[in-house]
Amino acid sequence: MTIAVIDYGMGNLHSVAKALEHVGDERVTITRDARAIKGATRVVLPGQGAIRDCMGELERTQLKGLVNELLTDADKPLLGICVGQQMLMSHSEENGGVHCLDYLPGKVKRFDDTMTDDEGHRLKVPHMGWNRVDQHHMHPLWEGIATGERFYFVHSYFVSAENDAHVFGTTRYGHHQAHIATGRDAVFAVQFHPEKSAGVGLKLLENFVHWAP
Amino acid sequence: MSLAKRIIPCLDVDRGRVVKGINFVGIRDAGDPVEVAKSYNQQNADEITFLDITASHEGRGTTLDMVSRIASEVFIPLTVGGGIRTCEDIRALLNAGADKVSINTTAVTHPEFVREAAERFGSQCIVVAIDAKQVSTEDEPLKWEVFTHGGRKETGLDAVDWARKMVEYGAGEILLTSMDRDGTRQGFNLPMTRAISDAVSVPVIASGGVGSLDDLVAGVKEGGADAVLAASIFHFGEHTVEDAKRYMADQGIEMRL
Repeated sequence: MTIAVIDYGMGNLHSVAKALEHVGDERVTITRDARAIKGATRVVLPGQGAIRDCMGELERTQLKGLVNELLTDADKPLLGICVGQQMLMSHSEENGGVHCLDYLPGKVKRFDDTMTDDEGHRLKVPHMGWNRVDQHHMHPLWEGIATGERFYFVHSYFVSAENDAHVFGTTRYGHHQAHIATGRDAVFAVQFHPEKSAGVGLKLLENFVHWAP
Repeated sequence: MSLAKRIIPCLDVDRGRVVKGINFVGIRDAGDPVEVAKSYNQQNADEITFLDITASHEGRGTTLDMVSRIASEVFIPLTVGGGIRTCEDIRALLNAGADKVSINTTAVTHPEFVREAAERFGSQCIVVAIDAKQVSTEDEPLKWEVFTHGGRKETGLDAVDWARKMVEYGAGEILLTSMDRDGTRQGFNLPMTRAISDAVSVPVIASGGVGSLDDLVAGVKEGGADAVLAASIFHFGEHTVEDAKRYMADQGIEMRL
């Protein structure tokens, strides 16, 4: 029983590994070794920074094909985090436009820079801090977590999925309704950082560790 | 609006130990950063910032070890500042489990370092700390200048222009310390906080001078800060972070309770 956190060179993987170790008994390994990833019972696809770099590194480390395989493996739960959620979409408008893994139809868009709050003060981008997550559809990963709980976000781009059935959670920022939790079959992906979201984040990771889709 | 304003307790650490007396209930070793961080996490702190004041280069290894131990037990965002000069310093801190690093003096001496760091690690983890104070006299239009070395060394840089430049270079957040207020308990320099918050697109953390919970409220409402950072009002057990959050929420500020 092993959880593999895919290390393709982007982002702080230690926090998520430590959080997974904290909530479960499974061995957690940070790896880019294809055999280790294939042999794992569960997989985490993290991601941080610019999406072009993330997609580029995924190709450079020759893990893109493997990730595509994992996405269609109904027996291997996969959790995408942050840019790891965005990469599952068809296309991102970041970096002048980047083709993504196209696992879920939809786009990654940027928050409007000119948004203001009720008092006319500008809303900051990146969207950074604790915001409410409204659970759009039921999912085993929401078990024990109330709708409206706050999770920790840091991002300037957000997912907009085409198919309502793929949207499991939404968060409002300014006039945008971001699809911050998406998924299908054995794949669940979130824009927020469960590993940095205190108790509710750990609960979600615990649910992932026990998820048997 | 549903994004909560944040409260960030700040700890000074020297060679892996918390300095400046921590004095609140339920803590056995007030110098142990892991215990203090856990305690702040229990009080519902939104993030924690560590300011490393370790003077010697050799002492920095203990900071990395400290960050790693905290990151294994406390699952909220951790920022580390103090003495960050190279991308290697940043890489080591992020690998140890820090989520963000705060760059202060090096940003002033080598602004390009901020650009390089943001390109390499992403803006989301690059905080630029700005220490500034008012330099205009009463009958002049308000003007604030950036200082280094704990407010002793002037730089000639206009604080608002500097904040804009740092954001352009890739800073993902600005930690603004009112140097003319630091340690006075008279509250943040609110006009300066407002001017900088309005001038930049990224979140601004207000710091320096907090003496009461009303100061925190004013930092958000009048200063326009997205987050407030404080040390002594929490360390000495005067208020818990939880109390402060409830107080701010009662004043109509959106908080994570």
